[in-house]
Amino acid sequence: MLPGTPFHSRTAPLNQGQNWRRWAGYLAASAYDLSPEREYWAVRNTAALFDVSPLYKYLISGPDAARLLDRIVTRRIDRCAIGQVLYTPWCDEAGKVIDDGTVARLDEQTFRLTSADPNLRWLHQNAVGQRVTIRDVSASTAALALQGPHARLILQQVSPADFDQLKYFRLTHTRIDDIPVTITRTGYTGDLGYELWADAADAERLWDALRRAGQGYGLTPAGILALDVARVEAGLLLIEVDYQSARHALIEAQRSSPLELGLGWTVALDKGAFIGRRALAAEQARGPAWQFVGLEVEWKGLERLYAAEGLPPQLPATTVRASVPVAAQGRQVGYATSLTWSPLLKKLLALAHLESGSAQLGNLVMLEVTVQHQRRYAPARVVKTPFFDPERKKA
Amino acid sequence: MATHTYDAIFIGGGHNGLVAAAYLARAGKRVLVLERRHVLGGAAVTEELYPGFKYTVFSYVVSLLRPEIIRDLDLPRHGLKILPLPSTFTPLPNGDYLAAWDDHDQTRRELYRHSPRDAEAYDDYGRQMFRMAMAVRPILNMVPPDPASLSPNDLLGWLRLGGHARGLSRADFHNLAKLMTMSAADLLDEWFECEPLKGTKSASGIIGTFLGPRSPGTAYVLLHHYMGEIDGVFRAWGFAKGGTGGISNALASAARAAGVEIRTEAPVAQVIVKNGRAVGVALENGDELSARYVASSLDPKRTFLALVDAQHLPGDFVDAIRRFKIRGSSGKVNLALDALPNFTALPNGPDGQALLHRGAVSISPSVDYIERAFDEAKYGRFSRRPYIDCIFPSVIDPAMAPPGRHVMSCFVQYAPYALEGGWNDAQREAFGDAVVDTLAEYAPNLKQIIRHRQVLTPLDIEQMTGLTEGNIFQGELALHQLFFLRPVPQWAQYRTPIANFWQCGAGTHPGGGIMGASGRLAALEMLKDWK
Ligand SMILES: Cc1cc2nc3c(=O)[nH]c(=O)nc-3n(C[C@H](O)[C@H](O)[C@H](O)COP(=O)(O)OP(=O)(O)OC[C@H]3O[C@@H](n4cnc5c(N)ncnc54)[C@H](O)[C@@H]3O)c2cc1C
Repeated sequence: MLPGTPFHSRTAPLNQGQNWRRWAGYLAASAYDLSPEREYWAVRNTAALFDVSPLYKYLISGPDAARLLDRIVTRRIDRCAIGQVLYTPWCDEAGKVIDDGTVARLDEQTFRLTSADPNLRWLHQNAVGQRVTIRDVSASTAALALQGPHARLILQQVSPADFDQLKYFRLTHTRIDDIPVTITRTGYTGDLGYELWADAADAERLWDALRRAGQGYGLTPAGILALDVARVEAGLLLIEVDYQSARHALIEAQRSSPLELGLGWTVALDKGAFIGRRALAAEQARGPAWQFVGLEVEWKGLERLYAAEGLPPQLPATTVRASVPVAAQGRQVGYATSLTWSPLLKKLLALAHLESGSAQLGNLVMLEVTVQHQRRYAPARVVKTPFFDPERKKA
Repeated sequence: MATHTYDAIFIGGGHNGLVAAAYLARAGKRVLVLERRHVLGGAAVTEELYPGFKYTVFSYVVSLLRPEIIRDLDLPRHGLKILPLPSTFTPLPNGDYLAAWDDHDQTRRELYRHSPRDAEAYDDYGRQMFRMAMAVRPILNMVPPDPASLSPNDLLGWLRLGGHARGLSRADFHNLAKLMTMSAADLLDEWFECEPLKGTKSASGIIGTFLGPRSPGTAYVLLHHYMGEIDGVFRAWGFAKGGTGGISNALASAARAAGVEIRTEAPVAQVIVKNGRAVGVALENGDELSARYVASSLDPKRTFLALVDAQHLPGDFVDAIRRFKIRGSSGKVNLALDALPNFTALPNGPDGQALLHRGAVSISPSVDYIERAFDEAKYGRFSRRPYIDCIFPSVIDPAMAPPGRHVMSCFVQYAPYALEGGWNDAQREAFGDAVVDTLAEYAPNLKQIIRHRQVLTPLDIEQMTGLTEGNIFQGELALHQLFFLRPVPQWAQYRTPIANFWQCGAGTHPGGGIMGASGRLAALEMLKDWK
């Protein structure tokens, strides 16, 4: 049997359709309700509670910990304050993205790295001769994401920490029901939200405490399907869906650089040597071949395609994780990798890779859609991401 | 122009002979296959040697069989079914085990238990081997090009042929060069720290060789065994329904359907050569049969040193064939069992079975263990504690044994052909005992459940199949005996120095294993030659 996470005894009875999927070797709820809709709306309207324990987590500590991380990731770790969290990709020598995740500076010499794929070997390989210890705490650390407009109110019920002072991408150490918990103001929904990190042994008590506190605030356990819609609205990419890890790629064309993934802002070419720097500097100079952009499908055009068949537009109920060709001037200029119907914005949205020449904001491209078994093209416009960016996220 | 009874006669009804014959017949040729034994298949046969129990006598798993052969000859319609063999289980002397299951997450967890770092390296290693195999794979479908057009010193030059290596990054290319020259143990040391993992992986580098895992050249053999994993047909080693004889039967059925005539118990004594041309064969019973083309699927030594009078061959060619390396090092033990062996490391459930019985059990606790097994063979003794690769055919295909009973297939290394003092009945039984004793250390009930056992030494393999020295690949998979050098330089395109005489066995490119590629490529060359 595939194991559950440390919250399994709590999440399993809630899962009405026993609707699980696999995440990093664990059972993860796709949705607790039979339909994910209510869980999605909790993210945008009240608060959703996601079990994100399957993430890989590493504690990196020692006098050289910052140096090691600075060598590996593209962002400046030397400028990461104690109590700060950075989102960052990391690359191979060719400047192609291996993985992306967060680095949290817990104290001067201790960091927690989260990642989508295992990275223990990569860390070790780059730590040779350095004064660091690397601990894989993936299994021993339980993690929850509390996301949505009520998230802060709920935390205030259970923790003495000053959440009004806790800024976006900062962390605090506190206690909930006497359980030591680190809370980071981070998440994968683009909303007001927090992630909670605790010892796996305390997982069930932590869950119970949050559920109790959340009762009056619409706190709703939510699964991956709801998360997958929210993260597209937030314009956040997903490994193995929106890009392939350079480590997994079989051919060159399957690799992407951070510059091609819209992550140019994370690449600190000014920080001295790091893995992939030379290649990225060269790419920066010549300009990346690809851009990762948001597409908004033009409703009228979509409606017309379906109307021709006597149908109203057929909208995906969950995020479609398939590669869909994108054309312009009768030629394929890219592909969309995540396509979702935003229940909040009432728009069909996609995250897409476009050749740089076709990727300017406002540019009109054609997204392939299958209408009544026939190949059609719907007009779509390149727009800024996040598609949805509420003020409360950072306020 | 003389009239011939047949367009082509194939000597040997092993799987390569059957494949080649079927391709020619499909092209409208009159084809005869002559097989010495009463069963077809050569090293791929299934025989009921104890009532109700069917042994996959020699070969036992399949992965390399070319998908185009399966499609071209419509083998599934002729009964071919390759069933999954989902796991490899390595029991350890300390009572623990290491397993690779068919699920990525499960395997990762299992490896993580032994070494967190190896659990990750395992994936990276797999991907690298996959890329290497992708680079090399096209040559499996290619007649080796004329070596004169290549720099013979540059053994790797052929990789660039047809731009096949184009997709390789520089790093991949360097890795490939290393793979071609390294030992399996050195290669694995670059990746892993867990001994049982290295031991088990290194074993595929020594199969069919007279080398230990620390001998250079064994890394390539590892890759050779990886090759089957990319075509998306089996993607791993599988078990053919009915044993590997099931493959031969499907091939024979397809060949007959295409019009091939097959005679068993028809050993060929000699190829008849007139004026430097092969014109037919003489059977051991004295019959003579004429054909436009004669092709041998026997190994190069038997083909050129036994079937053909040396006077018809250039002296240097005969020398080269004499020097061809074909040392036998493998044995086989087949067991008929009343129940399944109960491994201490993962005991049987109430149904008398454990998950491990669905897949392979590998006795390979460390590289040292296998190297030590080789050390004994080097000096003419069989390994007292050998490397053993076991499967339980009756668990995968219940028709292999009576209900509730089982057969077990154990492939063993090392058993040197040139045993000190020579092989005899006593030595054979001592070898069989060493295998059973070794297994019983991990599955103590084994001795009590054995009903019948068949022990095959390299000498037995030679006598039964005709494979010289019992070498399972009709010649070692050493770099100097591969591609345009297989079996010998200048004669790697299935032709021979004798006009109209062809070779099509595993001793030709791309080599051993149940692949069918030699037979197919030879047939396609013969058809090109047809005017
Ligand atoms: C013990 C053992 C285990 C193996 N395990 C595996 C495995 O698990 N998986 C795998 O892929 N490969 C395995 N192999 C290797 C594989 O079986 C062989 O490489 C392959 O079967 C060779 O096929 P072939 O047709 O080229 O030659 P052969 O199978 O050798 O066929 C030659 C045929 O010629 C016949 N013959 C010989 N002399 C004469 C004569 N004078 N006249 C007429 N006929 C004659 C023989 O009887 C035989 O049928 C194993 C081999 C052995 C011996």
